Amino acid sequence: MQTTLGTPTLSAILFFLAIVLLTLVITWWAAKRTRSTKEFYAAGRSITAFQNGLALAGDYMSAASFLGITGLVALRGYDGMIYATGWLVGWPALMFLIAEPLRNLGKFTFADVVAFRLRQTPVRIASAVGGVLTVLFYTIAQMVGAGNLITLLFGIRYEWAVVCVGAVMLAYVLFGGMIATTWVQIIKAILLLFGVTLLTILVLSRFSFDFGSLYSAVAERYGQSALEPGGLISDPIDAISLGLALMLGLLGLPHILMRFYTVPDAKAARTSVLYATGFIGYFYLIVPIAGFGAAALVGRDLIRQIDAGGNMAAPLLAELLGGTPFLGFIAAVAFATILAVVAGLTLAGASALSHDIFVHVIRHGRSTEQEQVRVARLATLIFGVLAVLLGIVFKGQNVAFMVGLAFAIACSANFPALLLSIVWRRFTTAGAVWSIATGAFLSVFLIVISPTVWVDIFHNPVALFPLRNPAIVSMTVAFAVAIVASLLTREPQAEAMFEDEKLRTYLGVGAE
Amino acid sequence: MDTPTTRLLTSPDFVRLVSRRWRVSLVLTVCLCVVYYGYILLVAAKKDLLAIRIGDATTLGIPLGAAVIIAAWLLTAIYVIWANRVHDVEVARLRQRLHE
Repeated sequence: MQTTLGTPTLSAILFFLAIVLLTLVITWWAAKRTRSTKEFYAAGRSITAFQNGLALAGDYMSAASFLGITGLVALRGYDGMIYATGWLVGWPALMFLIAEPLRNLGKFTFADVVAFRLRQTPVRIASAVGGVLTVLFYTIAQMVGAGNLITLLFGIRYEWAVVCVGAVMLAYVLFGGMIATTWVQIIKAILLLFGVTLLTILVLSRFSFDFGSLYSAVAERYGQSALEPGGLISDPIDAISLGLALMLGLLGLPHILMRFYTVPDAKAARTSVLYATGFIGYFYLIVPIAGFGAAALVGRDLIRQIDAGGNMAAPLLAELLGGTPFLGFIAAVAFATILAVVAGLTLAGASALSHDIFVHVIRHGRSTEQEQVRVARLATLIFGVLAVLLGIVFKGQNVAFMVGLAFAIACSANFPALLLSIVWRRFTTAGAVWSIATGAFLSVFLIVISPTVWVDIFHNPVALFPLRNPAIVSMTVAFAVAIVASLLTREPQAEAMFEDEKLRTYLGVGAE
Repeated sequence: MDTPTTRLLTSPDFVRLVSRRWRVSLVLTVCLCVVYYGYILLVAAKKDLLAIRIGDATTLGIPLGAAVIIAAWLLTAIYVIWANRVHDVEVARLRQRLHE
C-alpha cells in the first residue's frame, strides 16, 4: 500500500483550515460574551447538560487514546481492548461519589470545595500545587504527542507543530475563555465520534457487516492468540493499581472537575455525566473494531514501519478505506482533538494559578472582578507559553508515562482530599495539606523508582519499586495520612460548618 | 438554637435523605468495582476462560470486554433514574420546608 502520510495533501490542509476557521469564528463570538470571571471560568453556567456531556467527552477523548488504542489493538490484539475498558470505568465513580456535591459546593475550581470550611491559605496552596502538577504532566504528554503526531501526519517540523498548537489554543482560551473552550470541545467530540464511526462502518463493510469474519481474518493472519489475553496483565496487583489510577484519577483531574461549574445546577451536572459516559463508552466500544480492522486490512508490518508505537494505524486505515480525503479528515480531526484537550488543560492550570493562588492566597479573596479577569488571562498566557516551552524541551523523550503519572497524582493527591472534605466532619486543614503533599510526592517518587522510569528511561537493571503504577500504595498512604493528621488536630469551626454545609451539599441551597 | 435550618438538618427526613444517598452511591460503586476488577482479575488468573472460542475465531473475551463498558454505562443510568425519580422529589420537598 502506498501512503501519502507525512506529506501535507490538499484535502488535509482544507479540512484543517476549515476546523481552525470555524473554531476561531466561535472564539470571536464567545469573546464578546466573556467579561466576568463567571463567564471566563464557567461559561456563565449557561451550558446545557447535553452540551456539557459532549464537552466532557471532548476533554477526555484525547488523540493519544484514539490513535494509541487503535494502534495497541492493531499490534497487540485483545490486550489493547483490555486497556480500553479501563478508560471508561472512572465515569460512573465520578457520578456516584463526586459530581453533585462538587457542583453544589464549588465555584470555579475543585479547591473551592476542599477549602470550603478549612483554612483558606494553606489548603488553597496545597490544592493548587496538586492541581497544577496533574495538569502540567498531562499537558507535557499532550504537547510532545502533538508535536510527534503532527510531524507524522503533515510533515511539518516538531517545533513548528508545538508552537502552532500553542498559538491556536491560546487564542481560544485567552479571548473566549470557557465559552469558546466548551464549544471547541463540542465540535471536536462530534467530529471525532463521526470519524471513528465512519471508520468502523467502512471496516465492517469489508466483512459484510459480520464481526465474526473480521475476527476470523485477524486470527488467520496473526494466529488465534491475537484474540486472547496476552502479556499486558501478568501481575494482578499491578493491573489493579493501574485500574485504581484510571478509575479514581478521573475524580481528581482539574480540567474535568472544572466542567461541572459550567452547568446551571446539580441535576444538569448529573445528566451531563450520563451523556458523557454514553459518548465515551461508545467511543471505547468501537475504537477496538477499527484497531482489529487495521490489523486485518493494513497489516502490522506496515503500521510498525511508519511508527513503531502503532500510532498511525487509524490514519493508515482511513487512507486504505476512504482514500486521501478521508486520511485528510482523520488527520485534521486528530489535530482538532489535540487543540481542544490542551485548551481545556490550560484553562484548568490558569484557574489554579489565578483563582486559587492570586485571588485567595495573595489577595485573601478581596479582588475586583476586573482585576480577576485580567489576572486569569495573564495566568492563561503564562501557562500556555510554559506548555509550548515544555513541549520543546521534552522533544524526543519518552513521555508516555506522564499520563499515568498525571492520573497517579490526581488519584493520590487531589481525590482523597476532595472526597474527605465532602464526607468527613472531622477532616482538618492539617489533614488536607499533609494528604495532598504526601500523595503528590509519593506518586512522583514511586514512579521515578518504578520499572516505568528507573528501568525503561534510566536503563537501570532492576527497579527499586516493583509496580509500574503506584496508585495502590500512594493513594492508600494519602488517605491514611489524611485521617491520622485530621485526628491529631481539631478545628471546631470546620466541624460546625460541616453541618451548615450539608444544606448546600445535599439540597443545593446557596449553591453558585 | 432552634432555627428552621437546624430543625431541618436534625430532622429524620433529612438524615434519611443523606444516608440513603450515600447508601445508593456505595452499592453502585461496589457493583462497578466487582464488574471491572472482576474482569481484570479474570484476565490475570483465568486467561483460558477468556480464550474460549464462541465463533469461528471470536473469543469469549471480546463480548466480555464490551460487557464491562456497557455495564458501567448501565450503572450510571440506574443512578440517574433513581436520582431523578426518587431523590430529587425528596430534595424538592425538604427545600420547600425551609421556606415555610
